[in-house]
Amino acid sequence: MSLLNPELVESSEHVEGAHQTDAVNSRLAQIWRRLRSTPRFWVGAIALLLICLWALFGLALYPWSATDQDGLAFSQGPSASHWFGTNGIGQDLYAQTIIGLQKSLLVGLIVGPAAALIAGFVGAISGYVGGVWDRVIVWFIDLLLVLPSFYILVLLSPTFKNASIVALILFLALFGWMVLARVVRGQTMSLREREYVKAARYMGVGGLTIVRRHIIPNVASLLIIDATLGVGAAILSETALSFFGFGIQPPDVSLGTLLSAGSSAAVTRPWLFVFPSAVLILTVLATSLIGDALRDAVDPTSGATRD
Amino acid sequence: MTDPVLSVRNLSVTFNANGRRVHAVRGVSYDVQRGEFLGIVGESGSGKSVSSLAVMGLLPSSATVEGEILFNGRSLLDLNDRELSGIRGRGISMIFQDPLSALTPVYTVGQQIVEALRLHDRALSQQAAEKRSIELLKIVGIPHPERRAKSFPHEFSGGMRQRAMIAISIANDPQLIIADEPTTALDVTIQAQILEVLQSAKDLTGAAVVLITHDLGVVAGNADDVAVMYAGRIVEKAPVLDLFRRPVMPYTIGLLRSMPNMASAASERLVPLEGRPPILTVVPTGCPFAPRCPAAIAECLDGEPPLELVKNGAGVPDPTRAVACIRHEEIEDGTLARDEIFPRPEPVPVELRAPQKRETVLELRDMQRHFPLTRGAVFKRRVGTVRAVDGVSLQLEAGQTLGLVGESGCGKTTTIMEILELAGAQQGTISVNGIDTATLNRTDRRALRRDIQVVFQDPMASLDPRMTVEDIIGEPLTVHDVKPAEIRRKVAEILQLVGLEPSFAGRYAHEFSGGQRQRIGIARALIVEPKILVLDEPVSALDVSVQAGVINLLEDLKDRLGLSYLFVAHDLAVIRHIADRVAVMYLGRIVESGDADLIFSDPRHPYTRALLSAVPVPDPEIERSRSRILLAGDLPSPTEEITGCNFRTRCPLYAMLPEAQRVRCETDDPAQRPVAGRDVACHWAEVSEQLVA
Repeated sequence: MSLLNPELVESSEHVEGAHQTDAVNSRLAQIWRRLRSTPRFWVGAIALLLICLWALFGLALYPWSATDQDGLAFSQGPSASHWFGTNGIGQDLYAQTIIGLQKSLLVGLIVGPAAALIAGFVGAISGYVGGVWDRVIVWFIDLLLVLPSFYILVLLSPTFKNASIVALILFLALFGWMVLARVVRGQTMSLREREYVKAARYMGVGGLTIVRRHIIPNVASLLIIDATLGVGAAILSETALSFFGFGIQPPDVSLGTLLSAGSSAAVTRPWLFVFPSAVLILTVLATSLIGDALRDAVDPTSGATRD
Repeated sequence: MTDPVLSVRNLSVTFNANGRRVHAVRGVSYDVQRGEFLGIVGESGSGKSVSSLAVMGLLPSSATVEGEILFNGRSLLDLNDRELSGIRGRGISMIFQDPLSALTPVYTVGQQIVEALRLHDRALSQQAAEKRSIELLKIVGIPHPERRAKSFPHEFSGGMRQRAMIAISIANDPQLIIADEPTTALDVTIQAQILEVLQSAKDLTGAAVVLITHDLGVVAGNADDVAVMYAGRIVEKAPVLDLFRRPVMPYTIGLLRSMPNMASAASERLVPLEGRPPILTVVPTGCPFAPRCPAAIAECLDGEPPLELVKNGAGVPDPTRAVACIRHEEIEDGTLARDEIFPRPEPVPVELRAPQKRETVLELRDMQRHFPLTRGAVFKRRVGTVRAVDGVSLQLEAGQTLGLVGESGCGKTTTIMEILELAGAQQGTISVNGIDTATLNRTDRRALRRDIQVVFQDPMASLDPRMTVEDIIGEPLTVHDVKPAEIRRKVAEILQLVGLEPSFAGRYAHEFSGGQRQRIGIARALIVEPKILVLDEPVSALDVSVQAGVINLLEDLKDRLGLSYLFVAHDLAVIRHIADRVAVMYLGRIVESGDADLIFSDPRHPYTRALLSAVPVPDPEIERSRSRILLAGDLPSPTEEITGCNFRTRCPLYAMLPEAQRVRCETDDPAQRPVAGRDVACHWAEVSEQLVA
């Protein structure tokens, strides 16, 4: 009942309020305009940009590198010469955090969105096409879900021991999309029966175009949320893999390896744990803010009143 | 006059949501006498449902209720929830719009009636309550009540569920029954049955009934008094005859003139009420209807007019009639003629009309669509057939409107979906523009799609919420490789054609009202300049006042552009108004088809007769004088095998025929044959006058 829904009342006021919008507008421009007007987006975007810049140039004028060992400072707290302190063998934690951040950003920012993208397309196509294709795709998804992906990664690790970080990114993305794909498929099946999808079909719009134009944007909020959450999740699963000797190996560091190394010392030497985890939290927070703003921009009906 | 059962005094309901106040009901007062039938009429958002929920104490906690509600002299607003529960169901009972969500799915219908009985009468034994529940089911006309009491709600059809709801509501002999849009979700023939049951339930229990509805036709035949609500207030209240004969409030006058009427001539144009109801977040400073009222003068904006008694010819206030309009005296004494307030819009002038060609643009011959009914997860086996469409033949001439009428489940939607697929039929042929669609290849099919377009029922669901109006309307052109600049130009042009501002192009669908959204849907269909428009219930989701505007637009567009319409609807009044030819569908078959005027004035198939007699007419005199042909039961499932005529299970004529003649209905499936200038599929069409309509 529209009466009880102040959002609807508000939106109808917009119409009365005769804000003239330019008729010449593609959808992307529309989304960008809505995105631009959200403060959350700017906070998240600037934070993420700063984090990226920091990861790239944070070591430019710093005397220590991630592998250097300072024989005069073992397990030292933060000081003027070692900003974040040092670990048990005298390695500088600030330098390690920066290097770790570079790796983790690379993994997280690629894997999260990539998995969501795969999930979106596979799920949407499976749900939209239906029939035999749907059954084959679902069967394949179920197979991947049943096989413990983590186990496979560990089993494969000897083969890829010396493979680059690219292989790691690829594997994380390939094993991270199945659950979401099933959700997207379900959504698509209900969207397929919507009248605007039927209308498009009766106009003669092709199947792929319908998926791109009507299905994907309507499951986009789901995909975006998952993509941003996936950034954090990917960074964390990279940690676990590194622990099992697959992925990032010493002397190379990632935020994950730093965290697992520092967690045991969280109480006695807190700087080993606090600084890497703070950086991780900031990164995930920034991506979530961007994702949240993006979701609202893509979905014109979700107002600021929702949160 | 005795004390009223229910007395509502100055009731106000305000919703508080996120710091915004929505004034849903503002100062409503009315009395309901014992045994009275009060109709409350209003558009969606007028506050009609909220005011009755307030009486039941069923509003959410975000609502602030002020004023006074007296039930038998007892103030309901002072009671706590527990005390109210003693009155709910026993003193006042309620019938909701959607009987499926109003009944609990996990208990049998019998158990739910027993629960209602024993809740208010602890002394009643289980056995006695069960016996009584079966009696109640019998009263509301459910066949085999003993067996049906053990059924679950999902095993009931919509009409039966609503009967069960009525049985629950009268279980404790309430003094007041509030029925909130009880028939809106039902088909006309079922609606007629339910209203009959409601009337008899009222007579049986002597309860007063408050019927809330948006349909003036439903009110005309049943209510004694009618209150019209607008923007959270009662704007006119009068006995039913006076309201329909001598309405005083311009809003009521407009509403009555905007309704397509079965009884009046089809050629008369409808009068649309322009604009939309005000937003209830601000308390209006003037008459809330003034912005839409053609009779508004400057004084209308100075303060809200109070609800005053109407003075009759001798200047004596008539206690039964009240109105909230400062010009009511002029309207009542005739200086401001009712006809002149809302002039009928002119039809499209002849010189602007597209030339007519005589050609058949759409033809179905013996079209069939059966769906297999399968069981089993791994090995699917066929256990039956759903005969959704079972041999339909139709013809649509250029520049004409063919109305396809039938109850829900009769196969009309399947029919149009089969046509729109442009991929031939399972059996029989579908020709568009004289081309058999089964013979088309991909490119030809795409080209032919330019000629046939569709407008859907629900204007919200048929527009992609993620796309701007421009993208929505321009979408059909993207298929035909039209350049973006050209699309933009055409969208602006077509927006004007359907009566919208070209500057709306950058907005999203949810920013528009229902009527505007439907105009967007029509614009999208028209942008490729089709010859045929398939309209699937295009106005049934709209409020009456908006509906008239869309119907007029469709008529104008047809005249201007020379379109042909295949107009699918269950609302016969709309069909009567717009269609040149009519085809009546029942269980996948066309039972009667021909010239619209002929069929509406002299129906021959018993089903058409029953359908026409079930439609409520917004005129209390006609409504009260005519008798209804009530169909027995519900539409049979299309999976059932019925030998002979498939209508005979519900046919009132069949029931009247002597045994010897019945045999023919049982064994011989009637084919369409010409009777009195139209085609009828009935063996006894010539003698169907026996049914007094």
